[in-house]
Amino acid sequence: MTKKSDTASSADAGAGGKFLVLSPGLSMIGTQLVAILMAFIVGAIILKMTGYSPLEAYGAMLRGAFGDVYGIGQTFTQATPIIFTALAFLFAFKSGLFNIGAEGQFLVGALAAALVGISFNGLPAFLHVPLALLAGALAGGLWGFIPALLKTKFGAHEVITTMMLSYVALYLTGYMVNYPFKAPGWVAQTVPIAPSAELPRILPPTQLSASIFVAGLLTIGIQYVLRKTAFGFEIRATGLNPNAAQNAGIDVDRRLILALVVSGAIAGLGGSGEILGVHRRFIEAFSPGYGWDGLAVALVGGNNPYGALLAAVLFGALRSGGMVMTRATGVPLDIIFLLRALVILFVAAPTLIRSLLRRGGLRW
Amino acid sequence: MVSLLDVINVGLFAAALRMATPIAFAALGGIFSERVGIINIGLEGIMLTSAFTGVTVSYYTGNPWLGVLAAIAVGGLLGFFHAVLTVKFAGDQIISGTGINIFAMGFTAYMSQIIWGSRGASENVTGIKVVTIPLLRQVPVLGAILGKHSPLVYIMLAVTVISYIILFKTPLGLRIRAVGEHPTAAETAGIDVYRIKYLCVTLSGMLTGLGGSFLSLGHLNLFAFGMTGGRGFIAMAAMIFGKWTPFGAFGASLLFGFADALQMRLQAMGLLPSQIILTIPYLLTVAVLAGVVGRARPPSDYKPYVKE
Repeated sequence: MTKKSDTASSADAGAGGKFLVLSPGLSMIGTQLVAILMAFIVGAIILKMTGYSPLEAYGAMLRGAFGDVYGIGQTFTQATPIIFTALAFLFAFKSGLFNIGAEGQFLVGALAAALVGISFNGLPAFLHVPLALLAGALAGGLWGFIPALLKTKFGAHEVITTMMLSYVALYLTGYMVNYPFKAPGWVAQTVPIAPSAELPRILPPTQLSASIFVAGLLTIGIQYVLRKTAFGFEIRATGLNPNAAQNAGIDVDRRLILALVVSGAIAGLGGSGEILGVHRRFIEAFSPGYGWDGLAVALVGGNNPYGALLAAVLFGALRSGGMVMTRATGVPLDIIFLLRALVILFVAAPTLIRSLLRRGGLRW
Repeated sequence: MVSLLDVINVGLFAAALRMATPIAFAALGGIFSERVGIINIGLEGIMLTSAFTGVTVSYYTGNPWLGVLAAIAVGGLLGFFHAVLTVKFAGDQIISGTGINIFAMGFTAYMSQIIWGSRGASENVTGIKVVTIPLLRQVPVLGAILGKHSPLVYIMLAVTVISYIILFKTPLGLRIRAVGEHPTAAETAGIDVYRIKYLCVTLSGMLTGLGGSFLSLGHLNLFAFGMTGGRGFIAMAAMIFGKWTPFGAFGASLLFGFADALQMRLQAMGLLPSQIILTIPYLLTVAVLAGVVGRARPPSDYKPYVKE
């Protein structure tokens, strides 16, 4: 994403007092907030046009997401996997890669964690849980390694390959739980994981699990790696200008591969957390699109890990509040996926938002 | 034991041409967009929205051809929207396209529930009737493959030829290619770069919309959630494999159409679990992108063009 907002504001600073002049950081946050607001306005228009009351729908959503402890717990439950997929997208994006296959990496990671969860009995929890998480991260990393290799060795565009591999992941994991690892019964799922592999629930009766701590630690870790380590610097340098990075002695291909492997591993870890903490078994196609949420969240969060954390809570609230809204008002749940897309589209064109603001009398 | 001839026969090749049709339409759309320097990742979403629109209009009017026209119009609208975001506002092309894809998923699922009360699939609607080409149908082998199809299949063949002529045999085509390859030089030569970009990206959406209408009105006669199944992305692979030329993209689409037809036939025979068979088109797409394409040179650097 080109951040023209960083440079645009200073030129007009002296031109007269009537324009509000903001620092680049604030300007960025403002642009993102306006994008979210615009999405909700367009969403309201769609609701109105299809015969629903936007106020009632949004009101029910807000009450459902934050109205009581249960709602807040479910909001953070839904936010947890999104934090992982957002960090996954963000990490690859920093190196200049557009990983739209987090959904697939999430699924293979989840399946790997589930298989480790059901395969070992009698392991102590302090070994079993990390082992299952590690398996999930490795599987997700492998699912990121394939498109990375194809990109660097053969020039295959990662947008297409990661998407195609998402479909492959969906069907392969589906095959695994329909055939070799199918639990008795008619549902395509594995048997439950061993209790020793379970991540504890931290706010019963909500499904909020200790996976959120993993997500939080990972957010801090990713920020640290990107900002404070040589590896993170090289990743960012690769993303900003691959040619310059190559000339400066950075092995660009290697960094691209590593970035996509780490990206896939983060998504895989997120899938594992869902299995060990929430579902406790792998169910066919259980992800309701967390990969896509992650993409939107990373973009809205300005490709900053902490920004993503905040935006993930918003999108978690959309999901948890959305379900309450559907029950209370009958509005189809898919309105929240429309909102997700609208946010992305408005974030896609920061200059559009700026020109809208300018018309409103604000110089951005 | 099933013999190879039960799988591979003229019927399979006819099905391959049928399944190549939506991919080829979208691949041709992709070519027009990329030839002017705009990547259109949104092909998938445009196809899905158009498939939905076609069925909706046919459902309310009973006229599938009106559905096709509406699908083209909506495809064009989304293409135009992509152009506004990426040309006028210099937005990121990949993000805008991805936004269109995600919008399509949400919009079609939401509207399906409003109209039919079901997220999964619409009711059956009147589709486009298959036509038989009298003389061609009598030719052995070729007649069985080419002689009896939806009119949209023949339209696709015609559009492939027309696209080639426009791009490589007309002054307009020269302008289109110049805009993608060297926008500054094109502007100096008096070409309105923005106008050509708007035109081609809108056209890209219209062609992809035709592909979407074939899926829902020329193939299944209903709309199903996510029915495009990644065909927009496969079309991009076909475009790259075909080196951004109409005939090349058409040939590549035939290959992917063949994989799709083969996959369906194998599923119907029940030899392998369907989940395994369903991966075939996607794995083929990845393999083609990685192996055969090698270092395909795109027709543009896809940088946003800012007027001096």
